[in-house]
Amino acid sequence: MRRLEVLLCAGTACLSSGSRAVRQALIEALSAHGLTQEVRVVETGCMGPCELGPVLLVYPEGTFYVRVKPEDAEEIVVEHFLKGRPVRRLLWAGEAPPLKELDFFARQKKVVLANCGMIDPEEIDEYIAVGGYEGLIRALERSPEEVIEEVKRAGLRGRGGAGFPTGVKWELVRKAPGAEKFVVCNADEGDPGAFMDRAILEGDPHAVLEGMAIAAYAVGARQGYIYVRAEYPLAIQRLERAISQARSYGLLGGEVLETGFSFDIELRMGAGAFVCGEETALIASIEGRRGEPRPRPPYPAQAGLWGKPTLINNVETLANVRHILLQGADWFSSLGTGTSKGTKVFALAGQVRNTGLVEVPMGITLRELIMEVGGGVPEGRRFKAVQIGGPSGGCLPEELLDVPVDYESLRQHGAIMGSGGVIVLDDSACMVNVAKFFLEFTADESCGKCTPCRVGTQMMLGLLSRITSGQGTEQDLDRLEELAELVGSASLCGLGQTAPNPVLSTLRYFRDEYLAHIHERACPAGVCTALIHYRIDPEACRACDLCRRACPSGAIEGVPGKPPYLIHHRLCIRCGACQAACPFGAVHKLPGRKE
Amino acid sequence: MDKLKMVQRFPRSRDRLLAILHELQRANPRNYLTGEDLRLVAQYLDLPLSQVHDAVTFYSMFSLVPRGRHIIRLCDSPPCHLAGAWSLLAALQEELGIRVGETTPDGLFTLEFTSCLGVCGVAPAMMIDDQVYGNLNPERVREILAGYREAG
Repeated sequence: MRRLEVLLCAGTACLSSGSRAVRQALIEALSAHGLTQEVRVVETGCMGPCELGPVLLVYPEGTFYVRVKPEDAEEIVVEHFLKGRPVRRLLWAGEAPPLKELDFFARQKKVVLANCGMIDPEEIDEYIAVGGYEGLIRALERSPEEVIEEVKRAGLRGRGGAGFPTGVKWELVRKAPGAEKFVVCNADEGDPGAFMDRAILEGDPHAVLEGMAIAAYAVGARQGYIYVRAEYPLAIQRLERAISQARSYGLLGGEVLETGFSFDIELRMGAGAFVCGEETALIASIEGRRGEPRPRPPYPAQAGLWGKPTLINNVETLANVRHILLQGADWFSSLGTGTSKGTKVFALAGQVRNTGLVEVPMGITLRELIMEVGGGVPEGRRFKAVQIGGPSGGCLPEELLDVPVDYESLRQHGAIMGSGGVIVLDDSACMVNVAKFFLEFTADESCGKCTPCRVGTQMMLGLLSRITSGQGTEQDLDRLEELAELVGSASLCGLGQTAPNPVLSTLRYFRDEYLAHIHERACPAGVCTALIHYRIDPEACRACDLCRRACPSGAIEGVPGKPPYLIHHRLCIRCGACQAACPFGAVHKLPGRKE
Repeated sequence: MDKLKMVQRFPRSRDRLLAILHELQRANPRNYLTGEDLRLVAQYLDLPLSQVHDAVTFYSMFSLVPRGRHIIRLCDSPPCHLAGAWSLLAALQEELGIRVGETTPDGLFTLEFTSCLGVCGVAPAMMIDDQVYGNLNPERVREILAGYREAG
């Protein structure tokens, strides 16, 4: 009989901070103290708070250790496992309460992520032990139409960005004429700042396979594909393993669970093209062509993979499906708001205390999400904006923090739910620069097929570069808005249609900053190097000469021992080397250009 | 393994194109696809060479020129950018003596940018071959490079 279970996160983020070495050290320490039979170490998927990794969770009591190093293993084993005294210095914020009572977890509602961090994703038996594949069994007991009805009634909407009602999509594919149909899982998660799909694929791959099998039964497909990006090698490895285990258990393949239903899944890997997350581009890529989108209609539901009716759902959407079958549409729709049901996984990143993955009921406010679950911005910094929805989304200011997180409210304010990437920006961020940065991304990832996106994003970028380099005029803002309208309405696919959003939302809420760049030739946040200057405070300067020696452009003048030193703005390249070199904090970065 | 044998393990179907290209590129110690590879794939899948070339040039992970034994992919997405990816870039360029897109003269490393690696919780991050590194700073980057140099 095992006395303790040690769940050690082996998601990509924790692996990158060394969880494998921790595992090795734990196993060695357990064996040295003869505890191998009593304590089991399980490698799990993502537990959420990535920044604190490697993390490990000890059951049954739920002690949560963070930032564990291999050299801590001996102490944990001796003090905790042998003597029963948790190692306080490794607990999150030194707190002893069990995991679910920590602020970070208490506000969350884990449905999709329930298994992530709790089971070994490489063992199908563990998935089955917690009710895995029972959703599929329930589905197979009903008619496909009944399954579709249940999903429709639940109100599940696509979690990949657009929020299309999932059950309606299934019905369209079901009703589309054609004997051969396909189910495709879109695992080409590419939005910068979004990593929930990776966590689900790595931490609970069978949930996605089960969702696909249920979808296939409902729409009448016999073959499924998972299109996963090549940047996720661990997800690919865990999916391959999960597929082969499911086949050997008769859960995929010829006769699923000895019913008449047959369904199998194959993996297809991308090769580094953001646009392939767009459904028609994704189809082209699976078919072995350039991943370029095409006009819709026809929609993939009518003519998708090889021209056949194809259902394309995102990873998180599919991972929700089994819960609807297991717990019912009424339960699912009891979570969330009037039009946005269930939960949503968000990836918190940027200037927020608790970065990582969180799952909350739809309708929670941004304030609750960022300040309570996320713990707010770090000490000494001020919240400025939240970028939500990735390069297709927008930046919302502090005044809008009480907006509920649901599809409609976010869209109404110029952001989108998108895939759920949340980047928190503090007062050190320049909003013009942020907008420019996202636009650089979309301009770079534009596939080039349609002119509005290919040329329009470049033109917008040119205008933004003028503004950040101090050459902008107020007319440039009008032209930006005009171009944004054009690119948004005339582009072929979602990439171009939503590319202007970061620019439009910052123009809407942070116009002052644009105007400061234009009229005052100043970057208020001190980010745009063309629009700042450095100054040496004559009171604080000790004439130590370090700044003069650090300056690569010979812009500083002074004599050792005779303060103050001076910066020649004309020669200064604003690299900040003087500020870094000054031991007295006498060099200040200030907004505004000085000639 | 013989390249033809490697290719023949895949079904003769166009939707295997990217997988075959990945496999051939991985098998090449210099991490790239040769003209001969492209012709082989075109013949095997019964496609015009132009269409294979067309696909190869679309995807950023494929290369038609020799690259280093290890590919360093620095994430330059907004979360990493905000967390200081530029300082890693400076350290990488200085340590390797090359710019983004170039290969070190000893053929050990190629430096590239990548789109989001999805480890934003431990930004800034980079990936070397299939290994992801997070919570980086310039010193850590130098240590990691030293490790690869030692291993050769």
